[in-house]
Amino acid sequence: MSAEIRTSDGELLSVKLRKVERRRRTTAFLLAAPLLFFIVFAYVIPIFQMLGRSIDNVQMNEFLSETHEVIQTWDGTEMPGEDVTSTFFYELKGLVEEKNHGKIATRLNYEKGGFTSLIKKTARKLKDFDENGNFLDQFIDVHKKWGDIEYWLALKRGTDAYHFRKYLTTFDFEQKFDGSIERIPEKKRINVTLWLRTIFVAAGVTFCCFLLAYPISHLLSVLPTRYSNLLMICVLLPFWTSLLVRTSSWMVLLQKQGVLNDTLVSLGIVADEGRLELMYNMTGTFIAMTQILLPFMVLPLYSVMKTIPPSLMRAATSMGATPFLAFRKIYFPLTYAGISAGSILVFVLSIGYYITPALVGGAKGTLISNRIAYHMQQSLDWSLATAMAAVLLVAVLIVYWLYNKIVGIDNMRLG
Amino acid sequence: MSEKKSDFVKFEQVDKSYDGKELVVKGLDLDIAEGEFLTLLGPSGSGKTTTLMMLAGFETPTNGEIYFDGNPINNIPPHKRGIGMVFQNYALFPHLSVFENLAFPLKVRKIDKVEIEERINKTLKMVSLTGFENRMPAQLSGGQQQRVAVARALVFDPKLVLMDEPLGALDKNLRESMQYELKHIHETLGVTVVYVTHDQGEALTMSNRIAVFNDGKVQQLSGPNELYETPVNSFVASFIGENNTFTGTVKELASGSAKIETNTGEIIIANPIAVSSAGEKSRISLRPERVDINPTEQIENRFEAEIKEIIYHGDHTRVRVNLLGNDEFILKVPNASSNSKLHLGDKLNLGWSSQDCRALDY
Repeated sequence: MSAEIRTSDGELLSVKLRKVERRRRTTAFLLAAPLLFFIVFAYVIPIFQMLGRSIDNVQMNEFLSETHEVIQTWDGTEMPGEDVTSTFFYELKGLVEEKNHGKIATRLNYEKGGFTSLIKKTARKLKDFDENGNFLDQFIDVHKKWGDIEYWLALKRGTDAYHFRKYLTTFDFEQKFDGSIERIPEKKRINVTLWLRTIFVAAGVTFCCFLLAYPISHLLSVLPTRYSNLLMICVLLPFWTSLLVRTSSWMVLLQKQGVLNDTLVSLGIVADEGRLELMYNMTGTFIAMTQILLPFMVLPLYSVMKTIPPSLMRAATSMGATPFLAFRKIYFPLTYAGISAGSILVFVLSIGYYITPALVGGAKGTLISNRIAYHMQQSLDWSLATAMAAVLLVAVLIVYWLYNKIVGIDNMRLG
Repeated sequence: MSEKKSDFVKFEQVDKSYDGKELVVKGLDLDIAEGEFLTLLGPSGSGKTTTLMMLAGFETPTNGEIYFDGNPINNIPPHKRGIGMVFQNYALFPHLSVFENLAFPLKVRKIDKVEIEERINKTLKMVSLTGFENRMPAQLSGGQQQRVAVARALVFDPKLVLMDEPLGALDKNLRESMQYELKHIHETLGVTVVYVTHDQGEALTMSNRIAVFNDGKVQQLSGPNELYETPVNSFVASFIGENNTFTGTVKELASGSAKIETNTGEIIIANPIAVSSAGEKSRISLRPERVDINPTEQIENRFEAEIKEIIYHGDHTRVRVNLLGNDEFILKVPNASSNSKLHLGDKLNLGWSSQDCRALDY
């Protein structure tokens, strides 16, 4: 029988329950609201804006809206007709008057090198144009590059409101003007190398952290509280020091005339002329990042190991297992959750690491994040920078997805 | 089968200290016979668990030697001793199924698959857990986990099984039924069991012999009934069962009987167990159930008491009385209809025989 259940005052039970629970739910929501608000405005929205920027070309599209419309009708096999060139002339003239032609010059330069000087020179000569003459010929008179069809093709492509070409650049590919996708010339390829290096360093640092953290965490979990607290402070000490200070002190330690090399020389292990190159290469990045990220491995491992009762190992040995076998069959499998949680933390953090490789990495030890920073600050190609950042974000999401598939995110314990 | 050894396990002058300042176990001499169920009973910190851990090999004796089946084992690591062990919180491997838990000690011994399965089936049948092979420990109730732990300690046929308060985490009813079950398993297999507990009921139920530990020493080593009926010192008397005590001074000492003057000046005739001369101070121990209320026949000790409190306990009633200045004197009165006429403030005549009243050390 599916009779409706009612409370003693005759109200429907489900309705009444909702009413009673509403207050509690509202309170709970209000408590979480500031964080939610903060996350949405300081995290979710900026990330989507960033992702948008990597494909966004709306400003160009607006500056040259009429040209964009007309140029769509041009098939691109022969030089463009007067309809295109005249529209472009008038729009460019308007932009020059508003002093906005520099912006389109930079933007078009990404599509084809040489556009910056081409636009600047053309802008200076615009006043000399005869508005009744052939515009294309006059453009070519100003600069012979206008006679090259590729510049017009670049203009056509460069005024699209959206494009995905930055993602190709991220992986060292380019789209030719005929639409085909090819790898860029070998000597220009840098991004793939950086991606591979980033993954290699992240994996390597994760492994080194694991090797170092496992015994420390075990010791932490078995020592009496008095000593384990002290040791824990030593592990966490780096957390309480500025990242920049830590990295700088690694520079002091690792440089050619640094503490480590001096010690090795004075001990006679290394000859004075043969001082080790520990900095401005991958070695430096490895050493410094491992030390800095170590706590992120120690904490999850420790929290898992803390929950493993010592009696399990005793039980295993009492049943005849050697200590090593007991470790391999009993203790180690029980720490999988900690290992995976620590590994994913360290891996994800190191895949986007910036300051340390920038300071101690040199040319051979820089990672993709340094490239992103370069495009943000020096080349000012923000679209490319954000495209790279987006790929990095996807990479991290893939790692999380894999982790969830293999271990399950519920098993993650972080200290 | 060869004759059972009376010193299957032998502790010889074993001392143990953790910090170099205090001895946790002091000069322990203990023989454990083959096939017996011996319980180490004592309050926490009395050294009983340490003794067990030394036998298992997880702690090293600071002094002295432990022999197992005739061989000194101080320098043999735990995994080579071949001693089964049941831990306080079961210590089941949480990532392995019941079958894999039981298979662990067998796989370590490189026993072939068919025999492993055979032995596990047999052992699980013994602890009535057939059909639970593929469960994970977390899917079992406390009692079932306990059985798995016992099965795992027995599956590789060790000659000696150690149990460290294995029933401590179970509720009262389950604990009692497990006690009988362990006792039966022990009787069936004939394996030697050394059992540690602080629960005297458990010890009395299961053991052949009980070693009462206090302050790092064995206070008394005897069978359950001797331990209860004839404690040799006041610690054992007060630790095992309920106990009424008087303190006093020995006035006269003859063989089998002593006159002891209590602090209030009365003379109690007692059985001298741990007193050797007149003038000595002594603590007299008397079990509540050995006291007669309004005795009719001639009895050596007879005094008047006043009822202070009556506590109903279902099958019996506990009556707290003031007797010879002792305000905490407890009587156990069976709840037969004739005894229901007790009232607060009533005066009672109490009597007991000198044999039941033991004069022990002070």
